[in-house]
Amino acid sequence: MALNWTRFASPASFYPLAGTMIPWFGWGAAVLTAIGLWLGFAVAPTDFQQGEVYRIIFIHVPSAWMSMFLYVVMAFWGALLLGFNTRLSGMMAQAIAPTGALMTFVALWTGALWGRPTWGTYWAWDARMTSELILLFLYFGIIALRQAIGDSRRADRACAVLSLVGVVNIPIIYYSVQWWNTLHQGASVKATGASMETTMLAGMLVMSFAFWFYAIAVVLVRVRAIMLERERGAAWVAALAEVKA
Amino acid sequence: MTMTATVPAVVEAASGADQDGALAGLRWAVTRDLRLAMRSRAELGVQLLFYVIVVALFPLSMTPERNLLATMGPGVLWVAALLASLLSLPRLFASDHADGTLEQIALSPYPLEALIAGKVLAHWLTTGLPVALLAPLLALQYYLDGESVAILVAGLLLGTPILSLLGAVGAALTLGLRGGGGSLLALLILPLYVPVLIFGAGAVDSVRAGLGATANLSLLGAGLALALVGTPFAAAAAVRIALD
Amino acid sequence: MEARSREYSGRASLPPLTCHKSGNEPPLIIRCAGSTPPQKGAQSRLHPDLPLPMLEAHDLAGRRGHAELFAGVGFRLAPGEAIVVTGPNGTGKTTLLRMLAGLSAPAAGEIRLNGKSIAPFAPELRSSVAYAGHLPALKDELTAEENLTSLVHLAGANATEPALRAALDAVALGRKRTLPARVLSAGQRRRIGLARLAVLRRPVWVLDEPVTALDSAGVDLLARLVHEHLDRGGVAVLATHQLLGLEPGRVQSLVLGG
Repeated sequence: MALNWTRFASPASFYPLAGTMIPWFGWGAAVLTAIGLWLGFAVAPTDFQQGEVYRIIFIHVPSAWMSMFLYVVMAFWGALLLGFNTRLSGMMAQAIAPTGALMTFVALWTGALWGRPTWGTYWAWDARMTSELILLFLYFGIIALRQAIGDSRRADRACAVLSLVGVVNIPIIYYSVQWWNTLHQGASVKATGASMETTMLAGMLVMSFAFWFYAIAVVLVRVRAIMLERERGAAWVAALAEVKA
Repeated sequence: MTMTATVPAVVEAASGADQDGALAGLRWAVTRDLRLAMRSRAELGVQLLFYVIVVALFPLSMTPERNLLATMGPGVLWVAALLASLLSLPRLFASDHADGTLEQIALSPYPLEALIAGKVLAHWLTTGLPVALLAPLLALQYYLDGESVAILVAGLLLGTPILSLLGAVGAALTLGLRGGGGSLLALLILPLYVPVLIFGAGAVDSVRAGLGATANLSLLGAGLALALVGTPFAAAAAVRIALD
Repeated sequence: MEARSREYSGRASLPPLTCHKSGNEPPLIIRCAGSTPPQKGAQSRLHPDLPLPMLEAHDLAGRRGHAELFAGVGFRLAPGEAIVVTGPNGTGKTTLLRMLAGLSAPAAGEIRLNGKSIAPFAPELRSSVAYAGHLPALKDELTAEENLTSLVHLAGANATEPALRAALDAVALGRKRTLPARVLSAGQRRRIGLARLAVLRRPVWVLDEPVTALDSAGVDLLARLVHEHLDRGGVAVLATHQLLGLEPGRVQSLVLGG
């Protein structure tokens, strides 16, 4: 059964679809978080170099991955907007930015908390931390630009251009650790195999999916709110049960 | 008053190949913007003066200890160059937008990307290039040796065009916004510019550490190439979005 | 009405239009008699490379922010025809004209030039349309002559100095051509724009409130230029409250907000 995906490109059809998806992803995120935290804090063995404090990577690494991944997704929706001019693309990009900024903030914060006992400092200007900080400012810039432009159509398109220009930063963050030999360890999870203890790896992957589901759920909630606000004059909004009440 | 003679027609240049259009558009924008800049020379002088003052402030505000100054010098000079450029970036499109010329530019048969590239070139010639050329003189205050100064200037010559190019994108995105001139523009382009700052100042640091600056300067060059190719299109898209 | 190609011999041989004003209070009515008959001999047609224009709008809708300004706007202009857009302030006249000039995309509907549907900033629009908006697009620091030269070059035309000087003479700015635009009056700045329109000979004119700041002599000049433009087979879209003495057969009227 082939679904006609373009049918969902209109806000009127995407709204109920998003509504049904949210509980699945929300509960999925909760369950995965529980499993991931159990794996990370109860099951995975103590690291012989860093002791217990290393366990913060089960939050730090997934949030860092998500911060980069969400930016790329946001830039992708921006490209769709500029290419196909669909209203939904602009709304999705708008919905992703705050969550992406949050993930970046969590990554930086947990990174600092991890850095203190491990390297003796909350902050070091090494390549990856600096790049992650740049990413946070990129998110802030996009959010600030959207706030500054009143007209939602112009704001969508301007933020799309800005996010596409900034997407160049993502490979820089990702590869920065290879280009400089600095405090950060090299990538421990490579495509060919993992050099970490299996349970640690499992814990990180589960937490990554947990964060991903959480992000999807939150973004869908936010995009529904954006839809209601932008399309408030439309007939389909007036016909909604929650609006009529 | 009688208007008697018919206004004679002018034969338009045939639209021709895009190549001709792009170069002609570039030339139009560069000559016009340079002419306008020359007619407002005072404004340019003020920017350079700002650069000189900022650079001079740091030794005044700290103990003028030789090694400390030499370590800080490259960074200070790069940041001051950045600030001086940021001051002038809103000017890139604001004046044209305010008097309606920007619409005529966007409606020109010449490619908008070429016209914007011309404006950026004129901006760099009046902002970035003087800053790079003044740097050796100002570096005297920081006790940098000849090789460091040479690398500093080379880096600035590669990095200041990148700043003008990125600045054009930022200025186009924030066209006509309240308060968009200064701080929002800076917020938008500074994160993109940080790698340039790191590599530019880093080039001088590695030379002083005896490691050679080739890697840093090559990365700057690559960044410039990328910016040259990409930013005119982004800035043109942003201008059309702002005019919509 | 079938497309007619009007050809003239020589460049300065058009008989002057005699224009009479009637009445002193608005709306100022200007009637011009003596429109030019076609003459033999090929010379300066509208533009050597471009066909006679046909401009159509279908079902255009315009909005500003969330407010819908107009909807269902449509018209068809054959060569030699003009449309005058009127309506109270805020009804979207400028928005409509900017759409026709190619600066912004309509919220709905389609614009066609010579039968081909065009998007904003389309190359065909950019070489066929002369747009004059509210602002006269002049740089204060440049002289009148430099401004005119700059704008004409921007439009891709090779203008010779004598031709541009003659243009400024024709709009009564000959003696002021070396003055910076900053010291010119609003009406004089507008006349530089008129010189640009006349010199470029674009097939499609989109003029937003062209009468602004013009004195009666300036309005006469504008009327004459529009007349000549239409006689050559061009089309014009004007947002104005002043009648320019256009013959009823060739001008349509569009009232927004009515």
